[in-house]
Amino acid sequence: MTRWLPRAYLVLVYLLLYVPIGVLVVFSFNDSRSGYTWGGLSLRWYQSLFNNNAMVEAMWNSLWLALSAATVSTVIGALTALALHRYRFRGKKVLNGMLFVVMMSPEIVLAISLLALFLLVGIQLGYVSLLLAHVTFCLPFVVITVMARLSGFDESLPEAARDLGASDFTMTRTVLIPVIMPALLAGWLLGFTLSLDDVVVSTFVSGPSYEILPLRIYSMVRVGLKPEVNALGTLLLVFSLVMLMLSQWILTRSKR
Amino acid sequence: MPSITRQPFRTAVLVLVWGWLLFLVLAPNLLVVGASVMTRDPGTFISLPLNLDAYRQLFDPLYLEVFLHSLYMAAMTTLVCLLIGYPFAWALSKLGKQRQLLLIFLLIVPFWTNSLVRTYALKMLLATNGLINSALMGLGWVDEPLQMLYTEGAVIIGLVYLLLPFMILPLYSVFDDLRQELLLASHDLGAGRFATFIHVIVPLTLPGVLAGVMLVLLPAMGLFFVPDILGGSRNLLVGNVIKNQFLDARNWPFGAAASIVLTVTMAILMLAHRLSKQRIGEEGA
Repeated sequence: MTRWLPRAYLVLVYLLLYVPIGVLVVFSFNDSRSGYTWGGLSLRWYQSLFNNNAMVEAMWNSLWLALSAATVSTVIGALTALALHRYRFRGKKVLNGMLFVVMMSPEIVLAISLLALFLLVGIQLGYVSLLLAHVTFCLPFVVITVMARLSGFDESLPEAARDLGASDFTMTRTVLIPVIMPALLAGWLLGFTLSLDDVVVSTFVSGPSYEILPLRIYSMVRVGLKPEVNALGTLLLVFSLVMLMLSQWILTRSKR
Repeated sequence: MPSITRQPFRTAVLVLVWGWLLFLVLAPNLLVVGASVMTRDPGTFISLPLNLDAYRQLFDPLYLEVFLHSLYMAAMTTLVCLLIGYPFAWALSKLGKQRQLLLIFLLIVPFWTNSLVRTYALKMLLATNGLINSALMGLGWVDEPLQMLYTEGAVIIGLVYLLLPFMILPLYSVFDDLRQELLLASHDLGAGRFATFIHVIVPLTLPGVLAGVMLVLLPAMGLFFVPDILGGSRNLLVGNVIKNQFLDARNWPFGAAASIVLTVTMAILMLAHRLSKQRIGEEGA
């Protein structure tokens, strides 16, 4: 009794978590026009998804945005982690505090503060504002991933490099970067997924000229049930799953 | 300026990092604080003179009701997450290490997939002619479909579904750290299961509970798309109010004041979390 009860409970919670996702995947192959009745297997919703030009464009925009946001946040995040780890400078605690604020404050607070900034400074809402916002909310996650890797790192290596006459830049390039590479990749993948999935911040800082996937889904889902969303959701699910497995694989492999 | 010429790389890194954070974190946050004490202006969004009208408006009975209702829904969400998550984390911590890692991975998978799509999936289940109602009617348990969508319950279900991992992960980490010797010691000293739970397990897992509450309660008030999709107009969250004030009503001071109240709530929770952690640290020493 004491052995099977906790296990049965775990199974039940996982069922609750996965039933909606399962239903979504199954119904994405449904031939019926109504979202609720089963009309046989078909790929028609995938077809109509790819025949929808606005949708395909939003998809490309989202991929491009996630790609660039992940790359920029990985570069800046890695440099931030490096600075926090290696350098002593004034206001280090303030810097740490700001990263903490980004991570902990409700997304909507970050969203309105960035909207206010962009409108007041005169940055046009569109790709650039989305990029700046996405990099900002991805940053703390990259910093944490890279810091974790740096903390278990043998300090004699950079010292040896310096004794051999390497400048800070050379030492970073030839010693540090190769060591933190797995963390960089994992951080990049995390940033990519976070950017692709974000709804709250994007709702505020995107303009009418640059449509991205989550906002397109949002406007579709608000008005009613759209079978195309099942197909799109399934594709996103598979995509995120591949990304997640890739990042786990990189991190566990690098620990050995 | 010898340091700049001597260490150009260090200087460049610090300038970039500080520049980004000052411009995109500190400045915007100060701007929101500033906006909350200014006057609404249809053209430039905000203008002088400074005043506290926005905060006064928050205590207007109409908005106060929305706020309290939103707080209530967020609190219910947090409570449900805790009730599901606490035994879940406990049961999880008793499994073998390899299995724990796999199950944690399975917990994160839904959390990595688009939250909007998952909310939509819930809508398919809860709708009047949706799957749950079809099943119930097919089994003959109900005669007419239950109204589940566009209710307070639907919003809470949606929030729990999206936020449950944020409750479970900190709880799991405290249960994982819980030393079995302490439970054995409690048992040896004559405490029963219930006494051990109240006097040993609950206090030791309290920091995890508080961390979970923090990670669920605040997002629960801000996720405006959940009521939009599942809730109907009577079950708004603070997030919906803030969004409407910024994007539709163009009343920035009010929206900013609402978001500051949210941030202050977060700060208070974080302080409580810190204090409880310190207290337990002292007791352990």
